[in-house]
Amino acid sequence: MSAARPPSTLTAARAVLYKELTLERRAPQTLTAMALFCASAFVIFHFALGRDELEGALASGVLWVTLTLAALLGIGRSFVADREEGGLDGFLLAPAPRTALLIAKATTLFIFLLIVGLLAALLFSVLLLGPTPSASQWASLALVIVLASLGIALVGSLIAGIAIQTRARDLITSILALPLLIPLLIAVTKASAPLLGLGAGTLAGRWLALLGLYDLIFGLLAYALFDYLVED
Amino acid sequence: MANIEPAVVCSQLVRLYGERRALDGIDLTLGQGRTLVVFGPNGAGKTTLLRVLATLLRPSDGEASLLGSDLRKEGWKVRSKIGFLGHQSLCYGDLTARENLSYHARLHGLAEPAKRIEALLDQTGLSGRGDERVFGYSRGMLQRLAICRAVLHEPQVLLLDEPRSNLDPAAIELVEPLIGAGGGRTRVIASHDPAGGLAEADLVLGLRDGAAVLLAPPAQVTADQIGELYR
Repeated sequence: MSAARPPSTLTAARAVLYKELTLERRAPQTLTAMALFCASAFVIFHFALGRDELEGALASGVLWVTLTLAALLGIGRSFVADREEGGLDGFLLAPAPRTALLIAKATTLFIFLLIVGLLAALLFSVLLLGPTPSASQWASLALVIVLASLGIALVGSLIAGIAIQTRARDLITSILALPLLIPLLIAVTKASAPLLGLGAGTLAGRWLALLGLYDLIFGLLAYALFDYLVED
Repeated sequence: MANIEPAVVCSQLVRLYGERRALDGIDLTLGQGRTLVVFGPNGAGKTTLLRVLATLLRPSDGEASLLGSDLRKEGWKVRSKIGFLGHQSLCYGDLTARENLSYHARLHGLAEPAKRIEALLDQTGLSGRGDERVFGYSRGMLQRLAICRAVLHEPQVLLLDEPRSNLDPAAIELVEPLIGAGGGRTRVIASHDPAGGLAEADLVLGLRDGAAVLLAPPAQVTADQIGELYR
């Protein structure tokens, strides 16, 4: 008989994460959809605004509206395979800590958001951005994208966990996620605006601190609530 | 003689879906190593009963315990001892059979799953196609893989929802050592096959609209009584 004892949270999270990344590698649907959405949105903004180049607050707004809506695509798809193929039941039947699913889902979403965020920022700088950011501004923008991706991944996984138990999943995702993401969106647009403007704009520490605090609060909330969301 | 300590106990078990009583006051006791076969028309509550016993659904009222653990409060204690086979394979179409089983083995904390996985694939005739993605499998192959998944961690209790559906006679023979009575496991089987079900049952439960309308040893049950459940 194979020796078995309940896996640790980390072991189970690694198993789910490996499965998630393998599924995306085999059938790259989520990343493709998110990246295509960003590219399409930038083209639309380019023509709709009637401007070849954006800067400052407007540039920041266009970049983050696009990334937020792309993130909703990723959040909406994060439990699709589990729902359609019974994978959630498969996980719940195992003696694995439920938190492992949250960690794996949030990590997967974080990786996707990070990839799409960095690619979108590069594409945005080529297609729409007027000023050319300096190396330090790029590094600061990357830090904002990392913190924003973390916050969106945590909130998104929590919302996806709620939505999978309902019939109106797609609706629930948008209705719950967007209001919860508003504090984060205010912080990222404010933090990004000086980095995308003319001159040597720098990252404001208070917006960075707000982002960090947001990530911490929603990380703790997700950790505390997730078990109750996925269990019947 | 088989150990007759109760493996499954339900007392006035109720499960609600909104206001509908999917299970309505079920009382039963099943000894360890025994087989309970559940009959009833579609929507009678067979699958709901299995899902409650599998800890996927919580009882709305009443008591349900498995191997001495109260499923409402201590479901986590028994998950490693349950093998559940439902209508879905619970396997991902874009993973291979080996990858799917390896994934479930890791979730169950199996120390050295490779040998067990190979043995199961071999036993169910899937080893030759174990590296193919599951979405290309026929329904019968998928059912065999689902059986491998359900017994992978060598559970003490098997909860089987129409386990032989989609299987041809040869495949039924292949999976018999895994899910049949010979394994000495406690089994709860939902079935629509009166003759086959009665042959392997130690206890028969007939459900209609969530209520137990028949609970008796198979010797006291006729195929006509089972047929009556469906009329």
